[in-house]
Amino acid sequence: MGKVLSLVVFWPTLGAALLALLPREHVAGIRRTALAFSLVPLALSLWVLARFAPVPDFQFTHRLAWIPAWGASYRVAVDGVSLFLVLLTTVLTPVVVLASWGDVHRRVKEFFVFLLVLETGMLGTFLATDLLLFYVFWEIMLVPMYFLIGVWGGPRRIYAAVKFVLFTLVGSLLMLVAILYCAWRVRAETGALGFGYEQFLGLHFTLREQLFLFAAFALAFAIKVPLFPLHTWLPDAHVEAPTGGSVILAGVLLKMGTYGFLRFALPLFPAAVGLAAPWLVAAAVVGVVYGALVATVQPDLKKLVAYSSVSHLGFVVLGIFALTPVAAAGSLYQMLNHGLSTGALFLLVGMIYERRHTRQIAAFGGLWGVMPRFSVCLLLAMLASVGLPGLNGFVGEFLILCGSFGTWPWPTVVATSGVVLGALYLLWMYQRVVFGPVVHAENRALADLSRRELAVLVPVLALCLAMGLFPTPFLARMQPSLDRILARVAHASTTVVATAEPR
Amino acid sequence: MTAAAAFATNWQVALPALVVAATAGLAMVVDLVLTDPDRDALAVLGIAGCVAAIGAAVALWLHDGDPAGFGNTLRADRYALFFTVVIAAASALTLLMSVDFLRQNALPAGEYYTLVLLSTSGMMFLAGANDLIVVFLGIEIMSVAVYVLAGMLRSERRSNEAALKYFLLGAFATGFLLYGIAFFYGATGSTRLDVITTALARDGLGPFTLLGIALVLVGLGFKVALIPFHVWTPDVYEGAPTAVTAFMAVGVKAAAFAALVRVFLAGLGGAAAAWTGLLWALAALTMTVGNVTAVTQRNVKRMLAYSSIAHAGYALVGVVAAPATAGLAASAGASGGAAVLFYLAVYAVMNLGAFAVVVALGRRGEPNEDLRDWAGVGFRHPVLGLAMAVFMLSLAGIPPTAGFAGKLYLFGAAVDAGDVGLAVVGVLNSLVSVYYYFGVLVQMYMVDGSRRIDPPATRPWVLATILVTLALTVLLGVFPASTMELARVSFQSLR
Repeated sequence: MGKVLSLVVFWPTLGAALLALLPREHVAGIRRTALAFSLVPLALSLWVLARFAPVPDFQFTHRLAWIPAWGASYRVAVDGVSLFLVLLTTVLTPVVVLASWGDVHRRVKEFFVFLLVLETGMLGTFLATDLLLFYVFWEIMLVPMYFLIGVWGGPRRIYAAVKFVLFTLVGSLLMLVAILYCAWRVRAETGALGFGYEQFLGLHFTLREQLFLFAAFALAFAIKVPLFPLHTWLPDAHVEAPTGGSVILAGVLLKMGTYGFLRFALPLFPAAVGLAAPWLVAAAVVGVVYGALVATVQPDLKKLVAYSSVSHLGFVVLGIFALTPVAAAGSLYQMLNHGLSTGALFLLVGMIYERRHTRQIAAFGGLWGVMPRFSVCLLLAMLASVGLPGLNGFVGEFLILCGSFGTWPWPTVVATSGVVLGALYLLWMYQRVVFGPVVHAENRALADLSRRELAVLVPVLALCLAMGLFPTPFLARMQPSLDRILARVAHASTTVVATAEPR
Repeated sequence: MTAAAAFATNWQVALPALVVAATAGLAMVVDLVLTDPDRDALAVLGIAGCVAAIGAAVALWLHDGDPAGFGNTLRADRYALFFTVVIAAASALTLLMSVDFLRQNALPAGEYYTLVLLSTSGMMFLAGANDLIVVFLGIEIMSVAVYVLAGMLRSERRSNEAALKYFLLGAFATGFLLYGIAFFYGATGSTRLDVITTALARDGLGPFTLLGIALVLVGLGFKVALIPFHVWTPDVYEGAPTAVTAFMAVGVKAAAFAALVRVFLAGLGGAAAAWTGLLWALAALTMTVGNVTAVTQRNVKRMLAYSSIAHAGYALVGVVAAPATAGLAASAGASGGAAVLFYLAVYAVMNLGAFAVVVALGRRGEPNEDLRDWAGVGFRHPVLGLAMAVFMLSLAGIPPTAGFAGKLYLFGAAVDAGDVGLAVVGVLNSLVSVYYYFGVLVQMYMVDGSRRIDPPATRPWVLATILVTLALTVLLGVFPASTMELARVSFQSLR
C-alpha cells in the first residue's frame, strides 16, 4: 500500500516512455494510449481518497534511500493539503489528453510525451516530503511546459516560453539556496545533513534568518502564483500556449505557488509570516482588483480568462495570509475551484477557437441559437468562476472573505469589489459572445459540441456543481492538516513576541 | 642501491600514464603497417590503451599501497587516480567520436590518435604531480600535442589561427608558470609541494611566495581558462577541429584543474587566507563574464567555448569553499574539494556529449556550427535532438540531470563554507546560462528553418559516443550518491 503514491507519480512517465517508442504515424493509437495511461493515476488517486483518514498527518508514506551522505531521500506522502491537489491533477490530465485530440494535429506523439512527463512533475511536487526531492520535481515541471508552449503555441510562443522559464527560475534558484541553507542548519542542530520536511520543521531560526529564508521561498512561490506585480509572464504564457497547456498551467501549475506557501513558507518560517503578511496581502488585493479591471477591457477571450486568474489567485493568497482556519480552508478550496472552472473556460475558449480560428470577443455574438450545448457549458463554467451560490466558486470565495475579514478588514472589503468586478467582466463577456443576433455570417454554420467535447467538459462541470452543493466531504479532509499548519504559525507569533519583549 | 634506483622505487605510481604513452608509441608503429586508409584499428587500440590505464588506476586504488613515487614528486593517491580515470574516460570518448570526424574531414589518423594519447599521458602526469617541475612537465607534454591537434585542419584558416594563437599564448603562460616556480624555489628551497607546505608553515608568507602564488595562478588559470586569462579560448575552440575542441574543453581543463587544486589545497592549503579572496573574485568574474558573453553567441562551438569558461568558474567555487570545509570532508556533507572532483567528472560527460552532437551534425566543408543551421533538427533527428536537449539541460543545471547534481554539490559546499553570497552568484549565473542553453532548444524544436541540414546517416562511432554520454548524464543525475562518495574518498587522500 505504501508504494501506491510512487505508482501514481511515475506511471505517467512510464506511459511517456512507451509512447516514445510507438510509430509516429499511428496517431489514433498514440491518442488512445495516452488517455489510457492518464486514467490509471486517476483510478489510483481515487483509491487513495477512499482510504484517506481525516487526520493531520502524512499518510501513504513511501521512502527510499537516495543520497545518504546528504540525508536526502526519496520520500512521498499525502496529507489533507496535497490530497485534493493531487486529485485535481489526475482529473485534469485525462481531460486535457482528451481535449487535445481535437486541437493537436502536429507532432502528436511528442505532445503527449511531454504532457505525461509534466504530470509526473506536478504529482511529485505535491507529494514530495523531502525538500530536495520537492525541488527536483518543481524544476522537472518546467521543461515539458516550456516545450508545450514553445512547440505547440501561438505566433509569439518562443517569447512566451522563454519568459515563462526565466521568470520561474529566478525564484526557484534562490529557493534552492535557501533549501541548502536549511539543510546545513539541520546539520548544525542534529549533526547530520537532512532535507526531510519534518527535519526542517524542527529547526530553530533567528528572526533575521527566517526573514531571508521566507523571502527566498516566497519569491519563488509568488512568481508562480503569480502575485502582482510578478504576473507579467502569465498572460503571455496563457495566450500563446495550446489549449491543453493553458488548462494545465492555470489548473495545476499556478497552484504550485499557493501550495508552496501553505506547505513550506508558512510552517517553516512562521515568525517571518507575521511581518511579511501585510505586504503579501497588499499585493494580493491589488492583484484582485487589477486583474479584474484588466480582464474587463480585454478584447481577447483567452487574455480575459488569463487576467481573471490573476484576480482569483489574489483571493487565494489573501485567504492564506489571513491565517484563520476558515480562510485557509477557503483558499485551498478556491485553488481547486479555480483549477476546475478556469480549466473549463480555457477548454471552451479552445473549442470555439478550433472552429473560428479567432478568440476576439467581437467576432462572436448570438451563439445561443447556433451552439446551445456550448452556450450552456460556458454558462456553467462562467457562473462557477463568478461564484454563484450552488456552484463551487461561491463556497471558496465566501469562506475566504468570512475568514479574512477579522484579520484584514479593509483589504477584504477591497477584495470584495473583485467579486463584483468578476461578475461584471464575465457576464459582460457572456453577453457579447452568446446573446444578441448573429452578426457575423461565419458564425451561422458553427457545429455544436461533439460527443468527445462533451465528454471533456461534463466531468469538470459536474465536479463544479458537486463541490458547490456538497463541500463538507472535501473540507473535512482538508481541515486537520490546515489546522496543524496554522497552529504552528500562531504558536510562533506568540513566542516571538514573548522573546522579543525583554530586549 | 644507486641514487637513480632509489628514485625509481615505487615506479608503479606512473603506471596508468606509462600505459597510455606506450600505447601512443605502439600506435605510431602500427600506423606504418596498416593498409586501411581510415585507420579505425588505431582508434580501437587507443581506446584499449585508455581502458587499460583505467584498469591500472583501479588496481592501484584497490592495492592501496604507498602513493609516493619518484622521491614523492609523483603521487598515485586516490585523488590522482580519480582524475586518471576521468581523463582516460574522456580520451576514450574523444577517440570514439573522432573516428567519424577524421573520415569526414580526411585528417591524418595515425598522427591524430598518437597525439591524443601522448597528450593524455601528460594529463595523467599532471594529475599526480606533487612537484611544481612535474606540473610544468605534465603541462608541456599535454599542451604540445594539443597545439598540433588544434591546427590539424591545415587547409582551414580558422584552424591555423587557433593553433598559432594557442601556441603563442600558451608559451607565454608557461613562462609565467616557470617564473612562479622559480620564486617558490627561491623562497622555500624546493619545488616539491610537501616541502613548500612545511616551509610556509615554518617561515610564513613572504613577498616572494606571494609573487609565486600569483604567477603560478596565472599559468594554471590560462590552461583552465579563467577570466581574465581566457581571451584565447573562443577563437581556439571555434577554430580547432571539433573533436579536438571537445578534448581541450574536457581533458585539458580537468587535468589543469587537478594540478590547480593540488597546488592550492595541498601545497598552499596552509596559506589559504592569502588566496581565497583572490580566487573568490576570479570565480565570480569567470562565471559572470563567461555566461554573459555566451548569451550573444550564434556559433554553437563558440557558445560552448564561453560556456566552458563559465563552468571553470563554477568549479572554482568548490576550490574557494574547500579550505573552510576541509575538516568536514570526513563527515557527511559537501566538501568543496570533493565537489570540484565530482563536478569535473560530470562536466566531462555532458560536455563531451554536446560536442559529439556538433560532430554528428557536421559534414565535410559544411560544419553546420551556426545556430541557425540547427532549426528543426530536434524533430528530424529525434535521437540527436533528445541527446542535445539533455546535454543542454544538464549544462544549465536543470534536474534530474548530472549537471544539477554537480552544481548542487558545489553550491552546497559554498553554503557549507558560510559563503551564501558566492552560492547566490552561482545560481544567478545559472539563470543567465539557461537563456543560451535553452536557445539551442528553441532552435532545435521551435523554429522552422529555411535551410535543412542533412548530416550523413550512418555514423555508428559518434552515435555510440552520444549514447554513452547520454546514459551517464542521466544516471549521474538521478543516482549521484555513489560517485559523490568516490569523489569524497578521493579528495580525502589529498595531502
